[in-house]
Amino acid sequence: MDFRFDIVRDYLPLLLRGTVYTVCISLASIALGSILGLGVGLGKMSRYWFLRWPMHAYINFFRGTPLLVQIYMVHFGLIPLLYGKTDAIAAAVTALSLNAAAYTAEIYRAGIQSIDKGQTEAALSIGMTPWQAMRSVVLPQAVRRMIPAFGNEFIVLLKDSSLVALIAAPEIMYWSSAMKNQYIRVWEPYLTAALIYFILTYTLNKLLVLLERKVA
Amino acid sequence: MASAHRPIIQVTNVSKRFGKHEVLSDISLDVAPREVLVVIGPSGSGKSTLLRCLNLLEQPSGGEIVIDGKPLLAKETNIVAVRAELGMVFQQFNLFPHLKVLDNITLGPVRVRKWPAAKARDKALELLRKVGLEDKAGAYPASLSGGQAQRVAIARALAMEPKIMLFDEPTSALDPEMVGEVLAVMKRLAKEGMTMVVVTHEMGFAREVGDRVLFMEQGRIIEQGEPKALFERPQQERTRAFLSKVL
Repeated sequence: MDFRFDIVRDYLPLLLRGTVYTVCISLASIALGSILGLGVGLGKMSRYWFLRWPMHAYINFFRGTPLLVQIYMVHFGLIPLLYGKTDAIAAAVTALSLNAAAYTAEIYRAGIQSIDKGQTEAALSIGMTPWQAMRSVVLPQAVRRMIPAFGNEFIVLLKDSSLVALIAAPEIMYWSSAMKNQYIRVWEPYLTAALIYFILTYTLNKLLVLLERKVA
Repeated sequence: MASAHRPIIQVTNVSKRFGKHEVLSDISLDVAPREVLVVIGPSGSGKSTLLRCLNLLEQPSGGEIVIDGKPLLAKETNIVAVRAELGMVFQQFNLFPHLKVLDNITLGPVRVRKWPAAKARDKALELLRKVGLEDKAGAYPASLSGGQAQRVAIARALAMEPKIMLFDEPTSALDPEMVGEVLAVMKRLAKEGMTMVVVTHEMGFAREVGDRVLFMEQGRIIEQGEPKALFERPQQERTRAFLSKVL
């Protein structure tokens, strides 16, 4: 098997630009998905059915349907509906965030429910509102327990972001597919893409381990 | 306005059901300002539930509770504000493990009372001195013994300058050698004139510190009276039976 380093070198600037897109799309989706997920997770734990049911349905829908289908629906349906025309980056971030929110919602819920009820009661007994109790007492403790689960979700999201190449968001897979089509070669584009993804997930994993050690 | 004779806690016909199980039936009682009321009874008698109804950690199924003139179950009553006036000490301490001892105590004054940090800190240190733990201000709860943790929990409740203190079996989770240090703090508090409702199995404390002892069984108040009278001449057969087991 001959490996043509020259075509990798040719595409390297584009692949690196694609890497920047992958990182930015992933980070934006992680941030937005985590914030949205907190709302969804709290909603699912609400004592009001009109909050609980929609959040329940939301989580089931986004966990029970393929991410690619969601990406297509956002790209060809939701974004044009909202803005008149579509945009690959906006669609990518929207779809990945909505999807991540469903998964992080369940992480929040599990983490929050793992904190002893006595903690909330103690917070209420010193006159805190339920929201203050959640913010100052329950969440800070729960978040520590959530870090490993969040780490998994972030790594999955980073890898799944490769799907947005299919709506022509110019990230890593988009450029490796272009490389494949131009040279009709398989190993150079895909091994290179795999290596870049591996470096990204490996780094993210290391950062999460550091974070976990620092907080715990 | 509130006179010295008007009860600070008025409980009228309160009941509490969990599903079909009636935990409290038709409870009525008053507590006067500065009074120390001790509630005794076998486990499952509803005494903790009654205490938890007083700051609405449990929602009563029926009846009325008036704390310092405010009807708890009325829609217009701000229950969060009423809770700030009621300190509570739990069997399991429930200290906040992610916060240092000092921050456990200042959390309420800073977040709820909106005190400046320095004022809250001074108050917390003063209370830690009072419970004999000023050297633990910077420690995390995990490093404390049970007795120390419970004394911090008392300081945390007192930091809100409550009008009433509720104690839910404060010594039941402690090793025997640590019970004394917690009871000593509670005794001092009683002597200073704090209104207290104490659910406990410590009969010695009830007799020595209580102004009134109330015996509950199966969700009802069976008998109440001055400690000496209740312990020495119980009027009800069930009170006698219970006391003969615990004394």
